[in-house]
Amino acid sequence: MEYTLFILLLPFLSFLFLGLCGKWLSHKVAGLVGTFSLGAVAVLSYLTAFEYFTADRVNGVFETLVPYNITWLPLGSLHFDMGIMLDPISVMMLIVISTVSLMVHIYSMGYMHGEKGFQRYYAFLSLFTMSMLGLVVATNIFQMYLFWELVGVSSYLLIGFYYTTPAAIAASKKAFIVTRFADMFFLIGILIYGYYCGSFGFEFDAEGFAKGAFMLPTALVLMFIGGAGKSAMFPLHIWLPDAMEGPTPVSALIHAATMVVAGVFQIARLFPLWIQYAPQALSIVVWVGVLTAFYAAAVACVQSDIKRVLAFSTISQIAFMMVALGVCTEYTTGHHHVGSLGYMASMFHLFTHAMFKALLFLGAGCIIHAVHSNEMFAMGGLRKYMPITHWTFLIACLAIAGIPPFSGFFSKDEILTACMAYSPVVGWIMTVIAAMTAFYMFRLYYGIFWGTENKELHAHHTPHEAPLTMTLPLVFLAIVTVGAGFIPFGHFVSADGQAYDIHLDPTIATTSVIVAVCSIALATYIYKGEKQPVAEKMRAALPALHRWAFKRFYLDEVYQFVTHRIIFAHISKPIAWFDRHVVDGFFDFLAWGTNALSVQIKGLQSGSIQKYAYVFLLGVLILFLIVLI
Amino acid sequence: MIQLEYVLIISAVMMFAGVYGFLTRRSTLAILLSIELMLNSTDINFAVFNRMLHPEGHEGYFFALFSIAISAAESAVAIAIMINIYRMLKNISVDKLEKMKW
Amino acid sequence: MDNILFLSSFVFVPLLMLLGLWLARNINQVRGVMVAGSVALLALAVYLVFAFLDARAADPLSEMLFTGAVTWFEPLHIKYAVGVDGISVAMLLLSAIIVFTGTFASWQLKPLTKEYFLWFTLLSMGVFGFFITVDMFTMFMFYEIALIPMYLLIGVWGSGRKEYSAMKLTLMLMGGSAFLMCGIFGIFYGAGGQTMNIIDIANHTGGAHAIDFAQQCIWFPMAFVGFGVLGALFPFHTWSPDGHASAPTAVSMLHAGVLMKLGGYGCFRIAMYLLPDAANELGWIFLILTGISVVYGAFSACVQTDLKYINAYSSVSHCGLVLFAILMLNNTACTGAVLQMLSHGLMTALFFALIGMIYGRTHTRDIRELSGLMKIMPFLAVCYVIAGLANLGLPGLSGFIAEMTIFVGSFENAETFYRVLTIAACSSIVITAVYILRLVGKILYGTCENEHHLALTDATWDERFSVICLILAVAGLGMAPLWVSDMITTGVAPVVEHIQNASHVVSQSNPFL
Repeated sequence: MEYTLFILLLPFLSFLFLGLCGKWLSHKVAGLVGTFSLGAVAVLSYLTAFEYFTADRVNGVFETLVPYNITWLPLGSLHFDMGIMLDPISVMMLIVISTVSLMVHIYSMGYMHGEKGFQRYYAFLSLFTMSMLGLVVATNIFQMYLFWELVGVSSYLLIGFYYTTPAAIAASKKAFIVTRFADMFFLIGILIYGYYCGSFGFEFDAEGFAKGAFMLPTALVLMFIGGAGKSAMFPLHIWLPDAMEGPTPVSALIHAATMVVAGVFQIARLFPLWIQYAPQALSIVVWVGVLTAFYAAAVACVQSDIKRVLAFSTISQIAFMMVALGVCTEYTTGHHHVGSLGYMASMFHLFTHAMFKALLFLGAGCIIHAVHSNEMFAMGGLRKYMPITHWTFLIACLAIAGIPPFSGFFSKDEILTACMAYSPVVGWIMTVIAAMTAFYMFRLYYGIFWGTENKELHAHHTPHEAPLTMTLPLVFLAIVTVGAGFIPFGHFVSADGQAYDIHLDPTIATTSVIVAVCSIALATYIYKGEKQPVAEKMRAALPALHRWAFKRFYLDEVYQFVTHRIIFAHISKPIAWFDRHVVDGFFDFLAWGTNALSVQIKGLQSGSIQKYAYVFLLGVLILFLIVLI
Repeated sequence: MIQLEYVLIISAVMMFAGVYGFLTRRSTLAILLSIELMLNSTDINFAVFNRMLHPEGHEGYFFALFSIAISAAESAVAIAIMINIYRMLKNISVDKLEKMKW
Repeated sequence: MDNILFLSSFVFVPLLMLLGLWLARNINQVRGVMVAGSVALLALAVYLVFAFLDARAADPLSEMLFTGAVTWFEPLHIKYAVGVDGISVAMLLLSAIIVFTGTFASWQLKPLTKEYFLWFTLLSMGVFGFFITVDMFTMFMFYEIALIPMYLLIGVWGSGRKEYSAMKLTLMLMGGSAFLMCGIFGIFYGAGGQTMNIIDIANHTGGAHAIDFAQQCIWFPMAFVGFGVLGALFPFHTWSPDGHASAPTAVSMLHAGVLMKLGGYGCFRIAMYLLPDAANELGWIFLILTGISVVYGAFSACVQTDLKYINAYSSVSHCGLVLFAILMLNNTACTGAVLQMLSHGLMTALFFALIGMIYGRTHTRDIRELSGLMKIMPFLAVCYVIAGLANLGLPGLSGFIAEMTIFVGSFENAETFYRVLTIAACSSIVITAVYILRLVGKILYGTCENEHHLALTDATWDERFSVICLILAVAGLGMAPLWVSDMITTGVAPVVEHIQNASHVVSQSNPFL
């Protein structure tokens, strides 16, 4: 599997090439360089996956391969390694990342056509892809952290791609700082983990873990905070909706399919530790996930910017994955596989969600491309103008709503089954949230493709279907979305690596389908028509609730208050003042004091000899007296 | 034979007259005169002590002669300085000589 | 004797440069001399690295390699003693890089170019001399040689309140020197008054004996504060913002890049190494001060409006981290400290170079008056972003490895006292991100609001060259840290071992333990 090195190397080289020589390349060449290197990466990833999953199992599990691992930086008794580790989840992630990234690369050729900074855009995309791939194949937690920071920076650069727009600058800054804040906890977690367990590696070292067992829950929870920052869990989610200021394909790649699931991936990666050493702490993951899922779904129901709706939907769906991991109470799979089902369900949902959410975002990109606005009021009735976008978008909506046979149904159903097994309360809450998901997605769907058409705007500028480079990825992802549910996912990925078949629990499956259909019906009733009396009435009936939800429950304002009013005004400013006036003032005072003292005593050095002679004479007299006495 | 005490009284009077003049006069010229007075009083002492206490030696006379020569040179320099000061300031009072202070 | 000549060439080359500059008749000759000299120094430094690695492989036991000594003041046993270990080799390389790039960064400097370069070269001679000697007094002498030219460089070629800043900087550093001299003579007489050689005093050879604990506790604070002033130890750091803000570009580069490292290096080599018992006993006080430096500098940087002030406070924070790591007293943290010196030296030099270039065009450093520079001077702006990212610890650039090594090292001390400080220091990475991104967002992004700035040009070739060299160094250190880290560890390990094996290890006076 030595060729896996090229999976990392190719995007990196393409980043360097486009970054350094981009100025002298035409847009077309730059796009093709980026796309072809990514195509090669995708081919290599599929090859890796094929080889990996067709290899023989050892004791029923796929062997973990480490084709490369070198010491990059020695740290005393510890060491910081860089390498490539292949196991079922990292190979699965390779497929997800390279597929979505390739689709986004192709799509961007159309979407970003003629944009200034096209080469820079492709360079950053390559950088991001490299970092994300490096993150998932990390052999140790520190390597993961390194690439974790790199994806953060590439996300920062891509959100701020339109660097002349104030909103984009603010959003990129916010995204970076919020995730940085969370990363600080991740780092401290890593330090604790490394110190007490004696290694940063992922290989299961029972002796080391036993030694550090008493600190492991702390370390894991701290790392989870890092993951929560990256995966936009409540209350660290505030950066993600703003991150939509970036180009739409970037949102599809980074803020829907890959980077934001890094937190989920991190927990999955450390899952053996969680389940063995910190099973109680997993309930934190569950409840943070539940809260986030509910909050995001509630907010998504009233947003008017289509990308914001999708962003909140992403937050909600990632929370589903988190919850699924949290409700996993057993490590071994077997006949009573329900306890360990969550792990597989989470990874499965990660996989399917990446595909359909990327599809939704790319579809949204086509729509924005056509109407030049993110706001729903500029849309409506677009189904006749953009048939391909319409149909693929509908498929994705059905998938996320959990309608069989689309892929989302299968993965969400597994999650609900796992939740029900964990606790019926969680199970029912998640079912309600699933219903809300179906509702807001169809509200979005009807708002864009049916509903009230903004005829004035459309007459002025007729919306048109996107070019082939943009519709091709849509069709491809739609096909994947339709088919992915039938992948026997349990054969590839499961908590302990043993293969097992996914069973659909008929009660839960039926309930969830019924609930989803009801929600869709409700959304159809409210939002499909040209006039929307019910929606108006609801808005009028609950103005406060609507405003609060629309303003995302004022969390951004709270953060704004804390950072500007408290940290800036009450910590930084006083410190700067203290430094200038007290610390520096003290030294200025010393200098001033010395000066003042010398001014005082310089009168003694009058230069008048007669005065000196007086003093001299006085001295002689005193000496004379002393001698006499 | 004049007694030692008489001469010493004269030289003491000269000495303190010089000291008084040095401390009180404002004119540089008067100060110079006072200095000369003090120097001369010591010269007298040198000569007198040599004559009265060590008549066999000549060191006291030599020292007095040295002192006279040196004071002559010193007065010459001092007067030269004064003339220069006068040219610049039209005044030789020490009160006005603050140019080089500090 | 060959060793002495070899290492002394780091001093002779600047001396020859001084001669050449003195004889130079016009600006081209001045530039020629500077380029030739700085290239020679860089080549020497690179050669030294390889020679050192070879010699180290052949002789893994001696603390110092290429040693040699010539007596120059017998009554006080002062020798011109030279020798290098992994740390000083790294610092020499850093100094050579900064001098080299600094030459190009001041290519266009006017007026009095010749005199400027004369002082600049004298300053660099002091720096090089400091790193090659192992004799306390000679070291102190070179230290002073490096400090004095600073006064003139800032006072004559500076900007803003230059006389005030130059005076303040000189007085504060001289105040530090006074403490330092007390410390050095205290160590000298405390150890028997027979030798000034650091290695001899540490190992009790050459007539030196162990210094009494009570005496150590007097001299340690003196020596540590003496060097600490230069290393921007809180609360003796206030010369740094004013001094850096007023200094001309290349002087800021050399000062923040190298001169501030003299502080950290001296604290480690003299204060801690020669007074190990006191270092163990009293280290905690300074650890708290440096911990404050780290967070305090970062917070102060958040609200500054002058580009150089931001960078100066950021230097306070980063140099605080150097001293912080040294005081953690273990191999990993101390290696991290030296890495941080290298990394900070390179990236802060890069920052000051860029600020100088921007200031040279816009004639303002006030961030409220700058905006949208990305469109106007893309090269400088992109480099500024890279420097900023290096500063906030982007993996792949030097800041990341240094910080991570320090944090992992600091975490090796398991007592709560150290844990709390380490976590507090970790928080600086967030605050750093805040001020760097605020700055970048404010001055580089957005649209340019000042129409006078629209006509400005991008970097000239000499500026590009200087900046690219620094970026390559920053990226090189960040991508392949292994060999540098190994080399530094060989130098750090004996010193740390010496301190850890001191007779007095557990601090009695620390109320937090």
